[in-house]
Amino acid sequence: MNPFVEPITVSHYMVVGAIMFVAGAVCMATKRNALGVLMGIELVLNGANVNFIAFGSEYLRPAADGMGLDGQLVALFVIVLAAAEAAVALAITLNFYNNHSTVDVDRADELKG
Amino acid sequence: MDPINWSSVFFWLFSTVACVFAVGVVLSNNIVRMAFYLILSLGATAGLFFLAGADFVGAMQLMIYVGGTLVLLIFGVMLTAKGPFITMKTSAGEWLLAAVVGGSLLAVLIAAATSVGAWQQPHERPNTAQVTATPLGMALLGARVDKLEESDATQRRGMSGYLLPFEIVSVHLLVVLIGSAYLARPKRRVSGPSETPAPTVSAPDR
Amino acid sequence: MAEYLRQYLTPEWLAYVVAALVHAFLLVNLLAVSALVFIWLERKVSGRIQDRLGPTRIGGKFGWLQTLADAIKLVTKEDLMPADADRMLFLLAPYAGFVASYLGFLALPFADGWVAVRLNVAVFFIAAVLGLEVFGVILAGYGSGSKWSLFGAMREAAQVVSYEVPLGMCIVIPVLIAGTMDLVTIGQMQEGWFTQWFVLHDPFTFIAFWVYFTCATASVNRAPFDLAEAESELVAGFHTEYSGFRWSVFFLSEYGSMFAVSGLAAILFFGGWNGPLPVTHWLGLADSTNPFLHYLGNFLGMLNFVAKCIFGVTFMMWVRWTLPRLRIDQVMTTCLKYCTPISAAMFLGAILWTYFIPGGLIVPNNDGVVREGQMIVGSYPPADEAAQSDADAPPASVARAGVEGN
Repeated sequence: MNPFVEPITVSHYMVVGAIMFVAGAVCMATKRNALGVLMGIELVLNGANVNFIAFGSEYLRPAADGMGLDGQLVALFVIVLAAAEAAVALAITLNFYNNHSTVDVDRADELKG
Repeated sequence: MDPINWSSVFFWLFSTVACVFAVGVVLSNNIVRMAFYLILSLGATAGLFFLAGADFVGAMQLMIYVGGTLVLLIFGVMLTAKGPFITMKTSAGEWLLAAVVGGSLLAVLIAAATSVGAWQQPHERPNTAQVTATPLGMALLGARVDKLEESDATQRRGMSGYLLPFEIVSVHLLVVLIGSAYLARPKRRVSGPSETPAPTVSAPDR
Repeated sequence: MAEYLRQYLTPEWLAYVVAALVHAFLLVNLLAVSALVFIWLERKVSGRIQDRLGPTRIGGKFGWLQTLADAIKLVTKEDLMPADADRMLFLLAPYAGFVASYLGFLALPFADGWVAVRLNVAVFFIAAVLGLEVFGVILAGYGSGSKWSLFGAMREAAQVVSYEVPLGMCIVIPVLIAGTMDLVTIGQMQEGWFTQWFVLHDPFTFIAFWVYFTCATASVNRAPFDLAEAESELVAGFHTEYSGFRWSVFFLSEYGSMFAVSGLAAILFFGGWNGPLPVTHWLGLADSTNPFLHYLGNFLGMLNFVAKCIFGVTFMMWVRWTLPRLRIDQVMTTCLKYCTPISAAMFLGAILWTYFIPGGLIVPNNDGVVREGQMIVGSYPPADEAAQSDADAPPASVARAGVEGN
């Protein structure tokens, strides 16, 4: 079982996607820095993208069962929306920093009863 | 000895880099290093996309995703370059909880990924290189050139195009651009706990 | 080449590895040698512009070997690291920048078909990769743990991120005319007389080229936009704390990306490997079936291409030693108030021009041939009857030929 000889399948890609997704989720849960949370979100979206690309690829699956171009198109939309989300989140973070002089998300508790 | 499958070799290379640095993002405490690891991880993912034949998405990933992380990095330096903010420690209990939850999630996902037999069947690679940019562009305009051989006439004429989502995303981006510029505009500062000079405020351009 | 080596090397994978290493070695050497020549050239050009001689001693009359002497001096220098530095980032930063500028050459064709990887999104790839070079600068600025470096890096970051917008818009204009992002195909479309070059395609591309060159100069961080170094204000900007070999790696990547943007300009606007006159066609080299003659034709094309790149780099040097450095606010004004609106207007203009005068003005460029990776958009929507009655009806088959041609 030489891994360099075996061909790559969709499952390989899905495992990579799963690892990135979980890393992102853990990152979102544990980081106290708002920018760290943002990076977690980027990782999560990226892990999802890996799956879309894998299912859409003609190199990994027969074209008849695959998502074909749809997989790539969804990945494109995810990338674009991730960029938009990052822009808004950064603007909010900046605002928060201007008001509180910190980017610690645990300090954003002014609405707590 | 069987011939080496070069796409497998590169897959293992890129996937190792992507996964190791994704974990690195979680384990690191320094925000700038986290951004650096994230860049490497996303860049390696772009390599995976190229390997899967999605050239355009790979280049897009390099340009927008990695470029967007650049802005994250800049903000990381800008907002946290001062000593106490640069590392924010997470308590051990949170780590434990996150590790348990994350580990079980990972186990479920990997079990799901390896459970379907059809996903594990290796597939003969087509010899022709794929041209992805033009069909993608046409699909965004509502015309599916990859479906010309479809038996269903409605599909063949491009009824499964993406013109409407494309328009929605365009308007969405415009709204986001204006909104984030409005949110991040320079204004009167409420004095915080420490006397920090007002950071240079500029709207991220993406 | 790998096929050839396979006959001699017993484990098959070794042949591929050796072939890959040789190719990589050739590309790295291209960067290193071109940097060697360009640094010497820069000294000579700046000397002449400032009415002095430049290097004259080492290596004969013109000081040919000045750069080599410099390189030896740099390599033997002590490699210092500040106490406050972030060790890992400080050590990695120069190579991060270098890798980015080296990756651009992966998709840059030097002659018809002489390209490491023929991507059908080559233009986009190069633009994306060149934008990544700024990472090296930011990491260096942060990792040095020095105020000057950080200031330089932040300036560079703001500048590069802003200039990517007009740069991208100018790159899109030739892509729009060509109908493909494959650089090899774009080069092939400009075959023939110099009137076929995209820079002369219409007035909008002509202006777009100048905007492109301005933005490219800014995005590779050359004077008058070299705010990141600004030695009169920031000591030496982002590489203040670097010395010896790592410092020279920064220079290597700077000259590498200058070469890359000039090459991109040469292919997108100046016909790539096609000379101003179709000499290789007159001699029958380009279309020859004889492999040696074809190779010779491609070699002449490569010389053409490299000459255009060197011209571009020399032009940047000329600008550098002629114009004073801008202030940071002036740099931003140039980008946001001038370059971006101009390039947007040129983009719209080029769209209208190709819509109303599709063939180009001087010589009709559109010979009706659908090349690899290209697609004639107007022919797409398959007429209902044609699509339903016969899958091989002309409109649909033209579109398919374009898509599947590669």
